[in-house]
Amino acid sequence: MTVTMHQVGEHAVLLDLSPLDHSGDEFAVATEGRAVPMPNLVASLWERLMAARESGTFTATDVVPAARTILVDGVSADDARSIGAVVDDWESTGFARAAMGLSEADVPVIEIPVTFDGPDLATVAELWGTSTHGVAEIMRDADLRVAFCGFAPGFAYMSGIGAERAVPRRTSPRSRVPVGAVGLAGEYTGIYPRSSPGGWQLLGTARDATLWDIARPNPALLVPGTRVRLVS
Amino acid sequence: MIEVLDAGALLTVQDLGRPGYAHLGVSRSGAADALAAVRANTLVGNQATDAVLETTLTGAVLRFTDAATVALTGTAGPAFVGDVPAPMNRPVRLGAGQVLEIAPPERGLRTYVAVRGGIDVPAVLTSRSTDTLSGIGPAPLQPGDRLSIGESTPASATLFDAGGTPVPEVTDPGTVLALKALAGPRADWIHEAHAVADHTYTVTAESNRVGMRVDGPALEWARTEELASEGVVAGAIQVPPSGLPVFFLADHPTTGGYPVIGVLTDEAVALAAQCAPGQRVRIDLRDA
Repeated sequence: MTVTMHQVGEHAVLLDLSPLDHSGDEFAVATEGRAVPMPNLVASLWERLMAARESGTFTATDVVPAARTILVDGVSADDARSIGAVVDDWESTGFARAAMGLSEADVPVIEIPVTFDGPDLATVAELWGTSTHGVAEIMRDADLRVAFCGFAPGFAYMSGIGAERAVPRRTSPRSRVPVGAVGLAGEYTGIYPRSSPGGWQLLGTARDATLWDIARPNPALLVPGTRVRLVS
Repeated sequence: MIEVLDAGALLTVQDLGRPGYAHLGVSRSGAADALAAVRANTLVGNQATDAVLETTLTGAVLRFTDAATVALTGTAGPAFVGDVPAPMNRPVRLGAGQVLEIAPPERGLRTYVAVRGGIDVPAVLTSRSTDTLSGIGPAPLQPGDRLSIGESTPASATLFDAGGTPVPEVTDPGTVLALKALAGPRADWIHEAHAVADHTYTVTAESNRVGMRVDGPALEWARTEELASEGVVAGAIQVPPSGLPVFFLADHPTTGGYPVIGVLTDEAVALAAQCAPGQRVRIDLRDA
């Protein structure tokens, strides 16, 4: 298969989708020559794996998507073989279609009100060759989607602004970023679920969204696959 | 009730952690030396998943308001009930009002205290564990804190089940401890990663429940690009740009952006969790 499976210790495997960046003719045929963004590929395979686990194809404690990989933890050698078969099937029976179909309307959209008052608005405006109003407009128009979580409980890395708008992290991280701060790093948009140190370029504030609440049945507001729109 | 008289360097409630939430950014957490925690529970007839206390480096002093059956595992001790030495790795009966002192261990780092019935604190996301990285679970214990003891789970459960999980012997700090590891997914990011097996490292005082940190020969990155963040597991041996490996323990972040050159076996994770500062270690790296 084109996706590489690495053994990780005694009971985990890491699926690496990076080869799909450069996999040439076969991939181009499957995707009808269109470029499929990496976050869409990861999301598509993650959903397939979650469904397969749900249906009992394999057991695992955790299925963890990231930027270009998916870690499956708590698996036996038999489970790893079944996971390999799921990946093969995903590749051969239309992973491209699944990846293309990610933004279809059947996934509900969470709207998050944001005030664009962040200290790095001007920096990002300059990087994008637009005004601070232009940045706000681009962000409101973006069809964001949670690619993966990490860094802190409930911190979602949202794809959707596109690789061409990727911005570097701040060269010196802030020692304190307030809760609700909306920022950019690389091609990801994130919202700080709690106050913490952080190096993201801050665009604004989501004052009313509770991103993480341990008392809720689903403590994280933004889970992988969630579609998000930033609104005024 | 258990009353904390002295919490030492760090005293926390731990069980086997909260698997299943890594995709939300929540680490598994749980006892750093899970094998010792399971053994302690086994000795007092608890379920393996019952909550225990985990001491760090300097031990702890606990007063039991009611009679209780406890077991101590993980380190070589010593421990005392009043001025009487209390044995490790055996059930010990305490009378009402007695004080259990866990002294700084002669070997090892974290002593586990299981109490028949388990430590009864509210579970958060299915676990009673303190996650020191994300702040989920009960706060680290302080002098004056009082803990309830749970109902003894199945009444039929017997004390001192000698057939429990094997626990690796904590080595003498004077010797070099070999930590078994399987080659990791990003070994090719490090120049001659296999040569790491020839190096000896010394555990530093910067180690904590997130990771064991060491001093010694720096490894050299074979690549200049950045590695995109990816999911990591407990036991992962990550090499940051400094070149000094970090060994992830229970409270590790769910994703990491530095190459993982090897992953400790479960037994080696338990051993690493017992390495006090100054312990010398080497990595016994095998092909995955």
